[in-house]
Amino acid sequence: MNKKQKKMLVRILLAAVLLIALHFIPATGWLRFSLYLIPYLIIGYDILIKALKGIKNRQIFDENFLMAIATVGAIALALYEQSGDYTEAIAVMLFYQIGEWFQSYAVGKSRRNISELMDIRPDYANIERDGKLERIDPDEVEIGSVIVVQPGEKVPIDGVVTDGSSNLNTSALTGESLPRDVKAGDEIISGCINMTGVLKIRTTKEFGESTVSKILDLVENASSRKSKSEDFISKFARVYTPAVCIAAVALAVLPPVFRMLVMGLAAGWDVWIYRALTFLVISCPCALVISIPLSFFAGIGGASNAGILVKGSNYLETLSQTKIVVFDKTGTLTKGVFEVDGIHHSEMENAKLLEYAALAESASSHPISKSLQRAYGKEIDRSRVSDIQEISGNGVIAKVDGVTVAAGNDKLMERLGIRYISCHSAGTIIHMAVDGQYAGHIVISDVVKPDAEQAIAALKTAGIQKTVMLTGDAKKVADQVGSTLGLDEVYSELLPAGKVEKVEELLKSKPEKAKLAFVGDGINDAPVLRRADIGIAMGAMGSDAAIEAADVVLMDDDPMKIAKAIKISRKCLRIVYQNIVFAIGIKLICLALGALGLANMWLAIFADVGVMVIAVLNAIRALFVKKL
Amino acid sequence: MKKTYKIEVDCANCANKMEEAARKTSGVKDATVNFMTLKMNVEFEEGQDPKTVMETVRKNCKKVEDDCEIYF
Repeated sequence: MNKKQKKMLVRILLAAVLLIALHFIPATGWLRFSLYLIPYLIIGYDILIKALKGIKNRQIFDENFLMAIATVGAIALALYEQSGDYTEAIAVMLFYQIGEWFQSYAVGKSRRNISELMDIRPDYANIERDGKLERIDPDEVEIGSVIVVQPGEKVPIDGVVTDGSSNLNTSALTGESLPRDVKAGDEIISGCINMTGVLKIRTTKEFGESTVSKILDLVENASSRKSKSEDFISKFARVYTPAVCIAAVALAVLPPVFRMLVMGLAAGWDVWIYRALTFLVISCPCALVISIPLSFFAGIGGASNAGILVKGSNYLETLSQTKIVVFDKTGTLTKGVFEVDGIHHSEMENAKLLEYAALAESASSHPISKSLQRAYGKEIDRSRVSDIQEISGNGVIAKVDGVTVAAGNDKLMERLGIRYISCHSAGTIIHMAVDGQYAGHIVISDVVKPDAEQAIAALKTAGIQKTVMLTGDAKKVADQVGSTLGLDEVYSELLPAGKVEKVEELLKSKPEKAKLAFVGDGINDAPVLRRADIGIAMGAMGSDAAIEAADVVLMDDDPMKIAKAIKISRKCLRIVYQNIVFAIGIKLICLALGALGLANMWLAIFADVGVMVIAVLNAIRALFVKKL
Repeated sequence: MKKTYKIEVDCANCANKMEEAARKTSGVKDATVNFMTLKMNVEFEEGQDPKTVMETVRKNCKKVEDDCEIYF
């Protein structure tokens, strides 16, 4: 509780106690009036002052004005009728203030909750000076300085580890609970928590450009991009309050006049004015105005805690309407690293063949050669290799341990006049010939991510109608990945521009309301990310281009997060609609009851404060996304 | 030029009103108020001095919602 809230709480309690006490004091007439004026002024003086200021500044239709008119009106009626019933007016003011207090408390609380969830802002950086560690503001650290991060501290700035090794807790960034190992030479991103060893890091970015600053900036500005629902509510509030006020005036004036002139009955001014005042109490749009942005804020906060950064409420809204998900293949559904997938028809031990291949290809830095060297797994002794000939587009011929080894594609085998066995597997095939004899082939392919299939299935269960994969790869490879994963459509052999065209085609052919999401790793698909209704970049930690271009950023490269993001957005939007329908519905019902004289001020107060409290509590539910 | 300011305001509706008031201020190209993070993002028109524009923005905001503050 802050100072303002504490002060308000004291006022609320004081007024409530006084109100109850006055109930037992049998004062009458003006004395009674003055006594009751005390709690009324205690609880409502600021509202009255604000209402007066509002009138001075020509802002008459605000809630202070409404409450002031309604309560002053009720007191005036009680005076006029000489009923001495001032309790109602004071209670209305009291409950209104309780509602305001609760709202400010709840909003403050969720504000703190969400900032705790995103508690990745480092407060300091350690710099070694004359053998001593000194704490300085991360903003002051220049690029290329060496910072020291001790166990338990947050990595404040992006950089490269120069000394030490440790485990990193990345859960605040990715939602992933498994720690990550780092050692000297590894890149490290800010926002991780160092768990075990002391690390020395040479910074590669300024604090303002570091991952942690970018993320915080993104999350903090997210709810500034307003969704359609929020726009609807602010427009609605703008029309609704004046409309209800006009209706209240009409209710106070027209029926009595009609009764007098047409029906010849007594006007019954007091009854109708009372009903009109009830109208005013119901009219406050607070429940809507507060709960909708709060729901989005909570939804975005919950999502970022799960490692899903949503750049704005509007994107959360679009995401919830997603019906088509288009994937990029490499890096999104597959790991994007080539791995030896199989060794076929080998005339010698597989390990031996792999050794020959790795050694023959040792001079090349092509991804394929790298994957062979990785699969071989041992240190490469270059002295065993001689006479390396690279035949561009075909392969390599080299002498390994004095034996001629040829490693390459079909063309190389044809060129050397060696009979080879074609492979039916999808992937890149490396044929091997040792000493002029065919020795089998090695299949290298991009491996599908372990939970990619599950992720596609999860999307289907979440109600996604169509899943599409776009890739620049060969048709054979693409179709195989497509059928293993159960994708609906696969388009292969596309150039980057071709991907944009395909997405545009898909955008044209879909119904207006079904939104299309594109998921990519952000490396060369920025144009597609922008073109889609919603662009999702995955595994984007540290990739500025992807964070720029995408609307939703998944902090790690787990494809399951896509379905999770959609579920979070749906839950949030469900809450938003519940609140809209509930709040407007209850208000309309109460307005109708009020006009008919079936609702008194107590019910009106429920329609105002009660609905607001319920809507705020409901909105906070959007924060809980763990089980989705 | 875009700048972000910290604000103090108690109710969401008042934040909406501040946003409208800030938008209508001359020298301001666009403004958004974020009630949840209590921040106001202001985009100024070319060649405007943020300080002087913000004085007017504050004055206009005070007009629609007396109980608010903008820190700059």
